[in-house]
Order: sequence, then C-alpha cells, then structure tokens
Amino acid sequence: MNEQKYNKIKEKLRNSSVGIAGAGGLGSNAAAALARAGIGRLKLVDFDKIEENNLDRQYYFLDQVGKIKVEALKDNINRINSAVKVEVLNQKLEKGSMEKPFHDVDVVIEALDNATTKIEFIEEILLKLPDKPVVAASGVTGYGNSDRIVTKRFGSLYICYDEQAKSSEDDVLLAPRVCIMANWEADLALEIILGGNNGN
Amino acid sequence: MGIEVNGRKINWVENETIKQLLRRMRYTFPLVVVKIDQKVIPRKDFPDVVVPDNSRVDVIHMISGG
Repeated sequence: MNEQKYNKIKEKLRNSSVGIAGAGGLGSNAAAALARAGIGRLKLVDFDKIEENNLDRQYYFLDQVGKIKVEALKDNINRINSAVKVEVLNQKLEKGSMEKPFHDVDVVIEALDNATTKIEFIEEILLKLPDKPVVAASGVTGYGNSDRIVTKRFGSLYICYDEQAKSSEDDVLLAPRVCIMANWEADLALEIILGGNNGN
Repeated sequence: MGIEVNGRKINWVENETIKQLLRRMRYTFPLVVVKIDQKVIPRKDFPDVVVPDNSRVDVIHMISGG
C-alpha cells in the first residue's frame, strides 16, 4: 500500500461530505462503503422503516426490523467508523423542495427506487443546485450481465447505467447487482471528491 | 445541418420539439432525462422546447429499482 497516497486521500475524505437520498438498497450500501473509506460527513434522507424482506439487499440486520431506516443506518455506520458525522432526516422528499437537504454537501447520491421520483429528484437538483455533482443509478435489477453497466456523464450529472435492465416491477432486486450499483455510486463520489485519474 | 442523439448523427428538422424527436427516434419508454448540449430540459417542457440545429441531445432512460 502506498501510505503517502492513502494518507492524502484519508485527509481529503475526512473533510468531505456526501448527501444520500434514500436509505434502501442503493443508499444503505453506498453509505457503508463511504463510511469504510473514511468520509467525514454523511447526510441521510429517508422516510421508511426496515422490513424483513429488505434484508436480501439492504445494509440492515434482523434485529433492526421495524426500526426507522436512517436511524438504524446511522447505528450501523458508527459501528464501522465512529469518526463519521452522520446527520439523518427521517422524511419523505417532496416535489418542490427535494434539493433542500443537500445545499451543504459536496456530492449528492440519488438512491431512490421509483423511476418517476428519480427523475423528479435529478431534475430538481440540476435546476436548483446547478453546480452540485449528482450521482444517480438506473438499471439495478436482475443478476448477471453486470459488464453492461457504464458511467454516463453529463456535466455535473453522473449516472451508473444499464440500459437493458428491466424495471423493478418486472424483475427482481438481489444483493449482488444492487450492491455493485451502490458501490459504483460510492466510487464515483470518491472520484468526484478526490479528482480523476486515480490521483496519479 | 444535423443533430446528434445518443451518439447517432441524424437529420435536423426545423421546429421539431423534444417530444416529436423522441417519437421520431422511437424512444417509447416514458421516463427519460433529456439534455441538450449539457443543459437538462424539464419533462414538462418536452412539448415546447425546439431542438436547435447542430445540437447534441442525450436521452437517458431511468429504470425503477433501488
């Protein structure tokens, strides 16, 4: 391991923040990855409670069923890395004010489930916070063929994208693919914060 | 005269709106993010915004799941 590079990265991440919209399959796993990497501050927004059928892909445990997702995720993150400052908002993002929680973060991760909500959220961030980098995901269902996933970049918008994936209403959501997309989003957030070209 | 849609070069049609362009491209999926020359166009404006000549249009299909 290149200690000098590692320490430089750790220092930069410690002073950086990521806001995550949604604490389901994408959001909970992206948050865990960023906590392990050493992000300084996370802002988590979700309105939901944990159900047993979430455990096939979301970063929660059996003894947390029934708990508020953002509260449970904060506990799990602090069990990984107690240095991460975790701010939670147990609320639904409402059209017209979706960008509000994300003014004070360096990067926004879209980790919502419904395609309509995803678009409303992306549109609102891009129109109201035009300089804010947004990382989104489209095509998280199914299994296999994960080499179809690409990153599409449009100015400040980055999308982890598998254009051939089906909607979750017509397919299944399983841990491997969901976690690949969540970690892809987290990795893009690191790239945005740390600069491209792997710091070389 | 021409535009580029998702990397494909096609003819430019005068006064063509985004809604008409999506139909011409046979992009039938309902939920898309459209950018013209890096600018995001809100969906409510698809029937009104005219695609300029020499523009680059990106259409992203948002798929449920997360």
